[in-house]
Amino acid sequence: MTVNKKDPVLAVLQLSGGNDALNTLIPYNDPLYLDNRPNVRVPQDTVLPLNDQVGLNPAMAPLKKLYDDGKVAVIQGIGYPSPSRSHFRSMDIWHTCEPDKVGDEGWLGRAVRDLDPNKENVLTAVNFGRGLPRALAAPGVPVASVGDLETYGVLTGIDNDTQRAKALDVFSRVYSPMIGKGPVVDYLAQTGLDALKGADILSSAVENYSSTIEYGGDVVGQYMMNMAQTHLAGFGTKILYTTAPYNSFDTHAGELANHTKLWTETSRAISDFYDDLKEHNASDNVVLLVFSEFGRRVHDNGSGTDHGSGGVTFVIGDSVKGGLYGEYPSLEENKLLEGDLHFNNDFRSLYTSLLEDWMDLDAKPIVNGAFEKMALL
Amino acid sequence: MVNQEFALMAHLMRRAGFGAPFEELEARTAKGYEATVEELLQPDKQPDMERDIMMRYKTEWVSQAGLEGQQEEWTYQMINSKRPLQEKIALFWHGILCTGHAKCEYPRQQQLELNMFRTVGMGSFRELLQALSKDPAMVFYLDNCMSHKDAINENWGRELLELFSLGVGMDGEQNYSEDDVKEAARAFTGWTVTNSIPRYPYGKYEASFIYDPSDHDEANKTFLGETGNFNGEDIVDIIVKQPGTARFVARHLYNFFVADEPQVPAWKDTPPRDTEAIKMLEEEYFRSSYDISSMLRVLFNSNFFKNSRFEKVKSPTETVVGTMRLVGDYTTPKLGLNALTLNIRYMGQDLLNPPTVEGWHTGKEWIDSGTLVERINFTADQVGNTDLPGVKNIIERFNSEGSTISHEQFISGCLEMLGAYELTPETHSQLMEMAQSEGEVKTRTPEFETRVGQMLQSIVATTEYLFA
Repeated sequence: MTVNKKDPVLAVLQLSGGNDALNTLIPYNDPLYLDNRPNVRVPQDTVLPLNDQVGLNPAMAPLKKLYDDGKVAVIQGIGYPSPSRSHFRSMDIWHTCEPDKVGDEGWLGRAVRDLDPNKENVLTAVNFGRGLPRALAAPGVPVASVGDLETYGVLTGIDNDTQRAKALDVFSRVYSPMIGKGPVVDYLAQTGLDALKGADILSSAVENYSSTIEYGGDVVGQYMMNMAQTHLAGFGTKILYTTAPYNSFDTHAGELANHTKLWTETSRAISDFYDDLKEHNASDNVVLLVFSEFGRRVHDNGSGTDHGSGGVTFVIGDSVKGGLYGEYPSLEENKLLEGDLHFNNDFRSLYTSLLEDWMDLDAKPIVNGAFEKMALL
Repeated sequence: MVNQEFALMAHLMRRAGFGAPFEELEARTAKGYEATVEELLQPDKQPDMERDIMMRYKTEWVSQAGLEGQQEEWTYQMINSKRPLQEKIALFWHGILCTGHAKCEYPRQQQLELNMFRTVGMGSFRELLQALSKDPAMVFYLDNCMSHKDAINENWGRELLELFSLGVGMDGEQNYSEDDVKEAARAFTGWTVTNSIPRYPYGKYEASFIYDPSDHDEANKTFLGETGNFNGEDIVDIIVKQPGTARFVARHLYNFFVADEPQVPAWKDTPPRDTEAIKMLEEEYFRSSYDISSMLRVLFNSNFFKNSRFEKVKSPTETVVGTMRLVGDYTTPKLGLNALTLNIRYMGQDLLNPPTVEGWHTGKEWIDSGTLVERINFTADQVGNTDLPGVKNIIERFNSEGSTISHEQFISGCLEMLGAYELTPETHSQLMEMAQSEGEVKTRTPEFETRVGQMLQSIVATTEYLFA
């Protein structure tokens, strides 16, 4: 297949645990913010204002710069009807676009199926992290899942290079299609060869990469670098995905210190990723989605915040029309949903915009319905 | 050359348990196949787990509040239990009669359910369904606590019929109607829990089952052709005597213990892979008054079972637990158990948290390019570690056979000690070429230890080894 470096690419950063929207995009002039956050509050004078109503957490200076450059769309009050406050369930809903029944097929898995129906490229989608997020899972859709790009491969535990080469040689021949072994063995053999091929190709990504950008040593920073390396290697990868450490954004306690650290690392990783691509003249065909499964309770619990609804999502890239989208959900008590922010933007609208206006796919069968698009691309 | 009795024992232990190292297989072979089947079927006659040290070492296993802790505990138990079939049957029912952490959010409650599978899971299917209907994790998971006499919630009624007993249909016919679902739901009104399972941050304590007669629909119901003022127990009693339920249980046992069947939703229209086998199991279901142990006895002693070697793709749990039993690691609690357990998740099976109420898709659907790499690398890392007791024992056995062994002895010895694995001639010749390229096989040397590790790694990386 021809690899066109300028095909649209969607990168996704999932913030696991439920990012506190209220302390991320802060309604710093709203007295109700002060009332509801007697303890877990960002001081008004430190907020990085986007306008006279809302501003970013002071730990997000690198992201603020991207925003000022017009590269960041901030979607306020994003969610879905009848929100679940379970991490797993809510994340599943974001992954499968099935808020009413339990689904097991991911929206990006379906997108990969449409992007590469004949499975010509084993690296159409690459996940960074151990275990595949459900967003990328769909029967028969090959997705590479990379725990560590530098060491990724088959039989990596064999230290001796000559021995490993031998073992891999045996592996590739053992997994070659065999006549008359039946569809199950054929499938397994093909999967083995796909895995080997994917690993082979990916191994060159690190070797051929050089950059002036120094990413942070945290997990998100390293995986964002891996996403950049993979994109820059020109393998034809159209979906890149990674996840912040499991439940790291679940700030029930000690939120102010934790949340500051999280966003210091995360916004640096995002801006390093963007700068890295820019430096290599490869930023114009990448859009980055940063999302979390829910926002958090409006009123703090003394040291942190509990599970809520209505979150904030960022879409970042050269092709993005920067600015604020949607309305900030009201903090008035009678406008809250059981103490939580009410969503006013359905995440499936955002997905629809990304799929149709960016990836050039038909979104309806992927997000399970017709949703109004947001004009952010 | 291959000892058939040993090979059959390896097969039995992989299916009725999680595999065994070769010394255990030899001892069991000497004891006899049928005697081993009987031992497996009577777990109470084997010692239970030693819990004291575990609970002192792993305090999270006492609070039972976290998912990963409970996954760890179960994995540890599967690796070390002297009652392997009891753990296997708990895994079997967990994958069918599903509850999930995504909704329950309280591992202790699911742990109580798991314990119920251990104690009731090999007895009468009727007792099992009765216990399941009153299991608080299930009552909450499928919303029966939200079902009221003036506003029924059909979730439990439907899944009880569709996924837990009758199945949608068989031989192309429907097994029940939409009306049966509603009538079942009506009969189960008033079956609730003392408190809905509380969510963070209000503190967690287990719920217990309660029957609230004031919320029970006392009017007549017509269910599967019978009419009466049925309560939940009556529904279960009617269900278990249906031919569809016999088929359902038989087919699930076959799919889990004998050979991969198509996925469950296809069962209405796709006939069983072995209709004779299913018929034998169905007959035993009724003959024994729905006794699972009796069905398993028939199954394990049957020719269809004995002839089904390597007809199943191993699940992630079987892969990780089986490898640990083989190499003899994690026989006492130690650091790294959490990381070990997470491998099961990385391979696609998040224990106690199945993707949906339908459980996991099995067979070849365990394998995709991501999970395959995890599976092969994990297994190869373990068997290639010549410091582990199980691998050392394999090396020692070779050493005792002479100072040099033939290439054929080397390969077939490794295959045998891994559990009498069989390779296609093509794979075998690849391994032979590799072995020959490294010259004569001299045992009792440090190089030999490395060669054994490498040969085991190459074998566990084959497609053949993906099967059990």
